[in-house]
Amino acid sequence: MSSLQIKNLRKSFGSVEVLKDINLEADSGEFVALVGPSGCGKSTLLSIIAGLESVSSGEVIIEDKVVNNEAPKDRDIAMVFQSYALYPTMTVRQNMTFGMECRNIDKATQDKTVERVANLLQIEPLLQRKPGQLSGGQRQRVAMGRALVRDPKLFLFDEPLSNLDAKLRVEMRSEIKKLHQRVGRTTVYVTHDQIEAMTLATRIAVMHQGVLQQYDTPKAIYETPANVFVAGFMGSPNMNFFAAKVVSTDGGFGLVLDGGDGTVLPLINGAHGALSDGQAVTFGARPEHFSPASEGRADRKGRASVIVPVTVEMDEPTGSETILMGEIAGQSAIIVCEPDEAPAPGVTMDFEVDMSKVSLFDPVSEKRL
Amino acid sequence: MAEAVHQAFDPLSTGSRAKQIRSKTIVYGLLTFFALLYMSPLFIIFINAYRPLEEIVREGFISAPNTMSWSYWGEAWSTFCIGGNCEGVSRYFVNTLLMTVPATVLSTAFGLVNGYALSKWRFKYDAWVFGLITLGVFLPAQMTLLPWAFVLGKLGVSNTIGGLVLVHTIQGISFTTLFCRNYFVAVPDDLIKAARIDGAGFWRIFWRIMLPLSPPILIVCVIWQFTGIWNEFLYGTVFTSGSNQPITSAIVAFSGSGTGERHYNVEAASVIFAALPPLLVYVFGGKYFVRGLTSGAVK
Repeated sequence: MSSLQIKNLRKSFGSVEVLKDINLEADSGEFVALVGPSGCGKSTLLSIIAGLESVSSGEVIIEDKVVNNEAPKDRDIAMVFQSYALYPTMTVRQNMTFGMECRNIDKATQDKTVERVANLLQIEPLLQRKPGQLSGGQRQRVAMGRALVRDPKLFLFDEPLSNLDAKLRVEMRSEIKKLHQRVGRTTVYVTHDQIEAMTLATRIAVMHQGVLQQYDTPKAIYETPANVFVAGFMGSPNMNFFAAKVVSTDGGFGLVLDGGDGTVLPLINGAHGALSDGQAVTFGARPEHFSPASEGRADRKGRASVIVPVTVEMDEPTGSETILMGEIAGQSAIIVCEPDEAPAPGVTMDFEVDMSKVSLFDPVSEKRL
Repeated sequence: MAEAVHQAFDPLSTGSRAKQIRSKTIVYGLLTFFALLYMSPLFIIFINAYRPLEEIVREGFISAPNTMSWSYWGEAWSTFCIGGNCEGVSRYFVNTLLMTVPATVLSTAFGLVNGYALSKWRFKYDAWVFGLITLGVFLPAQMTLLPWAFVLGKLGVSNTIGGLVLVHTIQGISFTTLFCRNYFVAVPDDLIKAARIDGAGFWRIFWRIMLPLSPPILIVCVIWQFTGIWNEFLYGTVFTSGSNQPITSAIVAFSGSGTGERHYNVEAASVIFAALPPLLVYVFGGKYFVRGLTSGAVK
């Protein structure tokens, strides 16, 4: 059963259309991440689901009921804000009971609910404090507690972790995931951080300039991005894009990189759409799909691999891995490799490309081939 | 969370020792001079409220007192004749109190609701509504005299304290709306959104969320309105007469009824009676100015 459906949704502010024909569907208990760069419309979409913004056209359906004209309080949703939006003059307990108070829930039930949620989030010692006396992580917990006491049909999160420092963010991220597994409610989670989206979501909606680019599982989004934007946005460091031409070979097709020495990189049959000889394509390969040729890693795994020479210009050791900036056939490339295997800057070294993982895009439409 | 130790930067403590001493001397010297200058009228009036009349006439207004008496305060409060009415300033003091307190409360209350609605419940042309309301801030009081005389006459409240309450309430809303709206704009919209999702409506959000955040601006409004209305003179003089006048208009009769001899000592005490309430409001309310209550709302 789908618990959230968005049909042909459009939203304009004056003459500017910020959401263009959005179609989305979330199954019951699903964790949907809306991800995209600033200004892509993801927060507006969340506000529309919450009822804090009106729609220009289209439908928002929560559990088979069109809620376009329902007030936020009648949609049975709970929301966690980026700023937490805790009521500063109320204690943590009052923050959590305010929603129940507005709905005339009796005192005994309120107390029981607060106790249950405070226990779940381990915030019992904070109940009598004011938000100003809490640390960032504690405020984050209280904000989630305020949403949880409601036991709603839909949880909405608006970049809830972006005000935390890096270490706390990772901690809270796994707490949110644990919490979702325990509570099992449908959740819509807005973030600009693709790692948050990858780690938390069951399905990711990638948005750009008001258009839904791709809506699929994290694995599918990562491995078969629908277009150049999705391919570049998801994954860090970014996917490499090389200008190339398709050539016919004995067994099928291959690629010749523009500006290179004409070496043919054979493509795997059937892995890509219809190609033709001489066609210009954008060749996309993720940094981790390169590995030093001397290790022969791809061969051992039985994967199709091709050797390309890489001129390394600069290295960025992160400790667990080393990021290499260099050139392949005169085009800039980023490669991730193990620190022990990393060549020194200035060296030209052979790398294997795992051809079973690469993507091809049309250079004009930027769509996947 | 550990409280951070905050040390205010003191630019006067920089530079060489000689320079520090020189600059501090100049700063403190100038400040002391101006403080004394501003305090001197209050001090002179205060001293004269204790001096016998013939001493003031003989030695002048600015002079050290030889003999002192408390009696002029009582005379000024309850028996002194002002404009043929021998009840002292007490009657006019009560008049002003009955005018100032309701007008302050009402104008502040309306200002809070207006400011809340204009900042958090945006509607079409709300900027125009806000602009028109605050136009009253820049409108000279003289310009409003004739329209008000017309309205008070039509309503039958000319020469009454109630009429003055109406005038001051309406005139004051311009200021309080401006203050409150600008204060509430800084309250994060997310609080209102969260409360909307929690199921609260216009008035519940006002009472439970906005009002508890309002003490700083409430104090500003009350001090501004109370001192402004208490000290106001033009409306009181124009729209009331005789025993219905507020104290500011009544003490003008000191100079107006120039037939008898001037009782400088009683008049000095009367002036202090008239000036005391706004002064007290300022002294005791001032410290609440600086309190920021929104800490912890965002982030």
